[in-house]
Amino acid sequence: MSETITKTLDLKGLSCPLPIAKTAQAIRDLQPGELIESLATDPGAVPDFNAWCTSTGNVLVEQTEDAGVFRFVIKKQ
Amino acid sequence: MATMEATFEAPAPARLEHVPHKKLVIMAWSGDLDKIWPTFILGTTGSAMGMDTTIFFTFWGLFPLVRNDVHITGENWMQKMMSMMNRGGTEHLKLGKMNFAGMGPAMMKRLAEEHHVATPDELLEVARDLGVHLVPCQMTMDLLGLSREDLIDGIDEPAGATTALLEAQDAVTLFI
Repeated sequence: MSETITKTLDLKGLSCPLPIAKTAQAIRDLQPGELIESLATDPGAVPDFNAWCTSTGNVLVEQTEDAGVFRFVIKKQ
Repeated sequence: MATMEATFEAPAPARLEHVPHKKLVIMAWSGDLDKIWPTFILGTTGSAMGMDTTIFFTFWGLFPLVRNDVHITGENWMQKMMSMMNRGGTEHLKLGKMNFAGMGPAMMKRLAEEHHVATPDELLEVARDLGVHLVPCQMTMDLLGLSREDLIDGIDEPAGATTALLEAQDAVTLFI
């Protein structure tokens, strides 16, 4: 990816609602257009990050899975 | 490092055709651990989603806001007795079912720890940081003889049913 990631959050092992809540806390420090990367292992994070972006207007620009770790790259609105 | 990185299909989020609700109001009536827990989970999440979130704590729901180091509350013997039978604070909550004289909550807390589920205290901290309004019911405070000093820091000024219902008028409202 060409754009740089401003912040990476290691949320592995955390259960609902902390992956979302901690991402919401951390994204406050970003400027609009900057990217945050969240790494989670909670399978519920997959629909939840999609729902959260739908609700907040932040853009889920990338989501991948590697060996049970879900990676979400979100652009702040 | 070559890793097997797969792009996966997430379920498509529901498209919002309507104007999404921007407020969440939860009436926290129960002080049971298994009810106050989802109350804090939903409140925290609502605020994380950008919803203006308020939790009103009324009747038994007010006990979780009592400081953990406060043992007996109340001004008269009835209020004091009630606080002895139903000690406040997040560390002293009982389960709505399978309490088994405290064994149930102990097991539940251990399971939560093993599965990295945030405790009510942790959620409360996140909720406060995300700006969730935590409003104690004034009438319940009077009824139970609870003073502002008996309650934890970082909560809003006590209010009544009218304030609660005014907030609820244009909000998603849950009674837990």
